Amino acid sequence: MTSVLEGRPSAPPDPMRPVPYRVERLRQETRDTWTLELEPVGGAPLRYRAGQFTMLDAFGVGEVPISISGDPTRPGPLEHTIRDVGAVTHALVSAREGEVLGVRGPFGTTWDVTDGQGGDVVLVAGGIGLAPLRPALLELLAHRDRYGRVVLLYGARTPEDILFGEELRTWARDLGVAVDVTVDNGQHAWRGKVGLVTQLVPRAGFDARHTLALVCGPEVMMRYVAQALVDRGVPADRVRLSMERSMKCGIGLCGHCQLRELFVCVDGPVLSYDRLAPLLTCREL
Amino acid sequence: MDRHAQVIDVDGLQLLIEVLASRGYTVMGPTVRDGAVVVAPVAGVADLPRGLRDEQDAAHYRLVPRDDDAFFGHAAAVQGAKPVLFPADQLLWRARRSEDGFRLDASDDDDAAPVALLGARSCDLAAVDIHDEVLLRRRFSDAHYAQRRAGTFVVAVTCGDPAGTCFCASTGTGPRPGAGFDLLLTELLEPVHRFLVEVGSVRGAEVLAEVPAAPAGPGDLAAADDVVVRATGRMGRVLETEGLRDVLYAAAESPHWDDVASRCLACTSCTLVCPTCFCTSVEDVADLTGDVAERHRVWDSCFSKDFAYIHGGSLRGETRSRYRQWITHKLAAWQDQFGMLGCVGCGRCITWCPAAIDITAEAAALRAATPLVTTGEGARR
Ligand SMILES: Cc1cc2nc3c(=O)[nH]c(=O)nc-3n(C[C@H](O)[C@H](O)[C@H](O)COP(=O)(O)OP(=O)(O)OC[C@H]3O[C@@H](n4cnc5c(N)ncnc54)[C@H](O)[C@@H]3O)c2cc1C
Ligand code: SF4
Ligand code: SF4
Ligand code: FES
Repeated sequence: MTSVLEGRPSAPPDPMRPVPYRVERLRQETRDTWTLELEPVGGAPLRYRAGQFTMLDAFGVGEVPISISGDPTRPGPLEHTIRDVGAVTHALVSAREGEVLGVRGPFGTTWDVTDGQGGDVVLVAGGIGLAPLRPALLELLAHRDRYGRVVLLYGARTPEDILFGEELRTWARDLGVAVDVTVDNGQHAWRGKVGLVTQLVPRAGFDARHTLALVCGPEVMMRYVAQALVDRGVPADRVRLSMERSMKCGIGLCGHCQLRELFVCVDGPVLSYDRLAPLLTCREL
Repeated sequence: MDRHAQVIDVDGLQLLIEVLASRGYTVMGPTVRDGAVVVAPVAGVADLPRGLRDEQDAAHYRLVPRDDDAFFGHAAAVQGAKPVLFPADQLLWRARRSEDGFRLDASDDDDAAPVALLGARSCDLAAVDIHDEVLLRRRFSDAHYAQRRAGTFVVAVTCGDPAGTCFCASTGTGPRPGAGFDLLLTELLEPVHRFLVEVGSVRGAEVLAEVPAAPAGPGDLAAADDVVVRATGRMGRVLETEGLRDVLYAAAESPHWDDVASRCLACTSCTLVCPTCFCTSVEDVADLTGDVAERHRVWDSCFSKDFAYIHGGSLRGETRSRYRQWITHKLAAWQDQFGMLGCVGCGRCITWCPAAIDITAEAAALRAATPLVTTGEGARR
């Protein structure tokens, strides 16, 4: 008699198993934010697109979603820029060089910056939200001539929290990006703008009707910024937001990231404002 | 439909269980534990709940004697196939600390014996089909579910005596299983105790070939059809599904959520007994030395406070938001996500809600309280 134990299918590759990556370098960006440069242990480098994230695992501590912050147009280490806010992010930024972390991904939708070719592109970032936008900007800059005006509006908490300060200067000075930075709280030494990033939208130099807008930051900030962009005349389907939700799998299976019919991990994190607007106006949806 | 049906008697049912066991299956079927019908290993017909009926109503469950000898004279067991195919705690991987970090153990195939589900109801099979859609037929799939599912043998049973909380006739998922079984039994009591057996797969036919059976006569087929007709007429509850998705989307800001929240304990019972709920979390456990770490996938519930937690706080802090998520997901968002309702009408969430909250009643109340304005907003993309 045949036993059912014979001829059972062997387990297919499991997307829940992390792949080992070695920490090559850690760069401190601000007092609470570090960029991790990772190289695969043995395997091929990760192919990803601007806007995607990975699930980053600190051994024995846990796993969290973190956007890729590196340059998608060039080979190089896998970069993530992480703000230390809790148990897992703290363990990740405390990793020593040479240590092995787990990576699953890349997951999620992309900024699709090429949709902005032939027109202006506006990037609006709040706080750590600049990190997920960096790959989009680097992709734009790799083909700068294909775009009209490129505008980066960035709001940080304080001058000390400004991310990628050196690069911001280079982008503005040499690479044709109109960079406008504002802080919530400026100290005496700060001679720049003070106030919400939303307030930069009405006066920024771009042709609203021919603009692609990419927005990343806290949800309230994104809601106000998206509305300000639409009020200026940017079509709602040309405004894209990167949404943050609780994520335990990143692959549409755990249910945590749901926003009504959306699984933010696979339908997002980048979603256009015309789809999001009705969902964001309802409290605690 | 050409049913090629056969008939077996009670000894045949006993033999069927033995044949499945001899083929290496762990036979999981209905059995009585602590005054309720649960799905657990069964060795023979003596383990089945003979002559018992389940009285089910909101926050009420009681086993009462029948005036016949039926083995399957009860409705949905406390839990269906979910704990079998999608366990509440699944080891995802184990890793060991090394000099530079950690190394994952090779993934070992799940070598537990495959399961034969005996007595699965139509709602149970509909729920398994939903899990197949959610966990197997999308871009990413659940590797552990895939393996368990492929090995599972299903002996389904036509429901003859639905409970007061059942409404599978409304959701189009019962009472007669249409697909998803290897063998389908319909229990017939008069004039002699017997089972009409229909074959749903090649391996089903192979198993049945080892059990003495007689070809079904027209009287057997008519009696089996009659079981379905009577069961359909005895559904305890009704859910109006027409336009339900739009009703729930339009009800997002309804004051009715406060009314439900004043009764709901956010205890998560409904999501635990629900055969379609699939939400999980991960838990990391390390041994005392910290050298071995494991990640487990565990059932979670949108009613738990941590479910929608992101750094800074829960995105669904209030019970009203969590109940809205639950019923809106089941009856509305599920249709957009998977092209089907997320409810199979098994009634478990009604029976096992300590506050007697009834999904059919809440859906009806929301429908009554929500004027439907058809805007482009809720339309499918
Ligand atoms: C798509 C996406 C991209 C992201 N990209 C970045 C990025 O590029 N850089 C970056 O810095 N951050 C990013 N984040 C945010 C980052 O994932 C969170 O900061 C991180 O998950 C916090 O984890 P933690 O353990 O450090 O903090 P915690 O606040 O401790 O939370 C960790 C987890 O533990 C649980 N938890 C902890 N405390 C509680 C509690 N009190 N109650 C209930 N549950 C609790 C929660 O389930 C939570 O998910 C991104 C998030 C998403 C969704
Ligand atoms: S929502 Fe209730 S009735 Fe519907 S499938 Fe889940 S437990 Fe059964
Ligand atoms: S979100 Fe809630 S209702 Fe939906 S599957 Fe998850 S636990 Fe069940
Ligand atoms: S993170 Fe698990 S479903 Fe989206």
